[in-house]
This record gives sequence, structure tokens and C-alpha cells, in this order.
Amino acid sequence: MNVTAKLRETIRELFSADKVDVFLAWEEGSLPMSSTPLFITDGAQADRAIFDPRCGNNLSVYFTKDSRQFRGKRVGIAVKGCDARSLVLNIQENQVLRDMVVIVGVPCNGVIDGKKIRRRTGGKQVTEVMENGDSVTLKGPEFSITLDRSEVLSSSCLRCVHPDATEYDVFLGEARAEVGNENRRKALDEVEALSSAQRWERTRKEYEKCIRCYACRNVCPSCYCSECFVDQNDPQWIGGTCDVTDTVIFHLIRNLHVAGRCVECGACARACPMDIDLLLLNLKTAEEIKKRFGDTAGIRIDGRPVMAEFREDEKQEFIMG
Amino acid sequence: MNKEFVPRITSFLCKWCSYTGADLAGTSRLQYSASIIPIQVMCSSRVDPVFLLKAYLSGSDGVLLGGCHPGDCHYETGNYHTRRRFAIVREVFESLGLESDRLRLSWISASEGPKFARIANEFTEEIRLLGENPTRKSIFL
Repeated sequence: MNVTAKLRETIRELFSADKVDVFLAWEEGSLPMSSTPLFITDGAQADRAIFDPRCGNNLSVYFTKDSRQFRGKRVGIAVKGCDARSLVLNIQENQVLRDMVVIVGVPCNGVIDGKKIRRRTGGKQVTEVMENGDSVTLKGPEFSITLDRSEVLSSSCLRCVHPDATEYDVFLGEARAEVGNENRRKALDEVEALSSAQRWERTRKEYEKCIRCYACRNVCPSCYCSECFVDQNDPQWIGGTCDVTDTVIFHLIRNLHVAGRCVECGACARACPMDIDLLLLNLKTAEEIKKRFGDTAGIRIDGRPVMAEFREDEKQEFIMG
Repeated sequence: MNKEFVPRITSFLCKWCSYTGADLAGTSRLQYSASIIPIQVMCSSRVDPVFLLKAYLSGSDGVLLGGCHPGDCHYETGNYHTRRRFAIVREVFESLGLESDRLRLSWISASEGPKFARIANEFTEEIRLLGENPTRKSIFL
């Protein structure tokens, strides 16, 4: 039985046992290679749910962005490894009650990034996709192209170390624990090797592209302040232009606000219309936090988020005087 | 024209310790660098990273954050959170190409007027050696 069939079966069971009022999953999108979030309120609709590499959306964002719709409801949710970490973080931060959610983990081997595909096909419409081991064949009217899986996967997935949920009620298959990932290490080594001037060059090159659409913020399950600092106008923290002078404030401060809370789901990078590598900085921050404080966002369900914790005897070599 | 470089150091000082320490330095008539521009905050953990970045990008040559000694926080744990956050802030600011020596955190208690004066002078001297904040020379980065 494939994952989609198992997922549908699980949803049906949850509704017939009256364990959930609503279930969040993915369904077929209106275009090929796309999927859409799906809210199921009745077990009979279970057959609309799917799970495959198109299902990139991190559904736990609905708990923080528009949570009123779930007030008093028991919510079932299908989660990949990263989505589960978001959910754990939201539970730690008291945005979701653990008793009110039924977490269904799905085994994930990475999701595709539509932007990468569009770049490779030159924006031509893909109507058919065939997966064959490590290669993917895309077909459309008058063209056919075969790519390696790594060329179409989201860059966050290529650097993923937690492919499967660490906290779940039901898991559709065998949940893997933390895995090693040399791509992640390589990306970090590259950044760490840069001199301070080179780093600024890199920062500038990336954030110059930003058009301040805030898609990254809006799609981020960890970004849920009712008023973001970029929207405040008294005091105004950040100018209104798309010049790097302003965009760099937005990105660095956003990075710091989600420090120790970013689960590297890559939703921001997939949402970015300008193709900024938004995750690299977060990766670096997460690594530093792990090195210093020995914790990773969204892994333990007990306790508090790493940046809300402290130890009295922490290293403080940077203190003056 | 060769004008002597006088650094401008924005300082966020916690009301209960560092600011009171600065006050003590003043009432004790200690001489300390006039480069320090103090801003009182209720707790050092009240300082969001955006304050530090804004101060830097608005032309401060250095940014000083002052709080109570660990264990002495008026709110019991505020400065522990500051310390944890500050370690990460320094890390992230490096991607700005900013020398993280321009950004300092110090523990100064209410009774440490002389220490405040010393830190103020030392930091001013350090910044004088580092030179002007490079972003001051341009309107846009």
C-alpha cells in the first residue's frame, strides 16, 4: 500500500472513531506538479488526500496564522519531518494544545521546488511526470526532459537531517531518526570559510534581489507576531524601499527572530519569487545554537524553545570588562 | 580638513544596574568618555536585535549593551536571556561584514560607577582604533 492510500485509510479511521473534527492534508492542485492544502471535515472526503513529493506546504502554519478557525476543534494533521518540528515548536510555545491534535507522520524523501523545474523547462508547462529511481522525467507538449532528483528537490530537502516526524500519534511506515547529511555540512563549511568582507558580499548579493513581498514571512509557521516589526511605523525600524539598505535589516532581524525556532522546512525559500537562498543564514544560526546550547528547534516536545531557556554557567567569552 | 575622529557609541543600559552605575559614575564626578550616548531600557533583555542593528546602520560607531551581573537581574532571569541572544546576534551580524568588536555586552552593577567609567573609556579607545563606522560614509549600503 502506498503512502497516499495509507493516509486516506488513516483519515477514514480517525473520522469513524470520532477522534478528529477536521483533518489537514494535501490534495491534487489545479496544475500538474502542484498540490493544494486540503481541509477535510468528513471521512467521506478522505479520498481527496494525497501525499507525494509535490506536497511541499508546511500545514502547521495554519495553527499560527489563522488559528481561530480551530478553536475548540480536534485537528488531525499530516506532517513531514519538518512540519512535525514546526508543530512541536508551536506546542512548546503554547500556540497549539497537544491534546487537541492528532499528528499523522508521513515518510518524506524530499519535496520538489517548482521554481527549479520552471527554470529547467524554461517556464513551459509540464503535463506529465514520471519518477524512475533517482531520475525524474518531465513531459509537456512538444518536449521531454530527464533530470536528476537532486535537480528538482527543494534545497532545504537536500540539506535535511530530520526527514521524519519525531513526535506523532500515527506514523505511516517506519520513522527514521536524525540522519547525517553531507550537503548540509558542505553548505556550512562554505559559509564559514568566507572572510568578513566576502560574507558581506554574499549577503549583499542575495538580499539585493529582495522585493519585500514578505511571502517568506507569511508562509513561515514560526513567524506569527500579530504586528511584525517591519509593519510598525512608530518607531519605524526599517525604510520602505527595496534597496539592500532596508532589505538586509528585514532579513537579518527576521533571521534573529526565528533563531532557535526555525525548523528549516524551506517554505520561505520555495515561496520566494526572487529565488533568494533564504535558508543558508538560518542554517548557520541553527548550527551555532546547536554548538553553543546543544539544542535544535522542534525536536523535544517537553521543555521550552532553546532561546527561551538558559543555563547559569553558559560560556560568555564576549563579555566586556 | 583633518578633524579628529570622535566615536559615537549608542549604549542601551538597564535601568536597575548599568544605568544606575552610569549615574553613580556621574555623581562620583568620574571622568569618562563623552562618546557614550546612554539610552535607558527597563531590562537588557528588552533590547531586540533590531535596536542594535538600527543603531549601527544609523551611524553609531559602536553599540554597547549593559545589564546586571548574572544572578542579579531585577527580573531574576532577564540577563541570562540577553546573554544567550547576544551570542547569536554577534554571529548573525558577521554576515554584515561588521566587526563584531563594535558590538559589546557588559555586566555593570549599580555600585560599579568606576567600572562603568573604565568600560566607557576602553570601548571608546577600541572604537577609535577601529575607525569610523563604514556605513556612515554612504547613504545606501
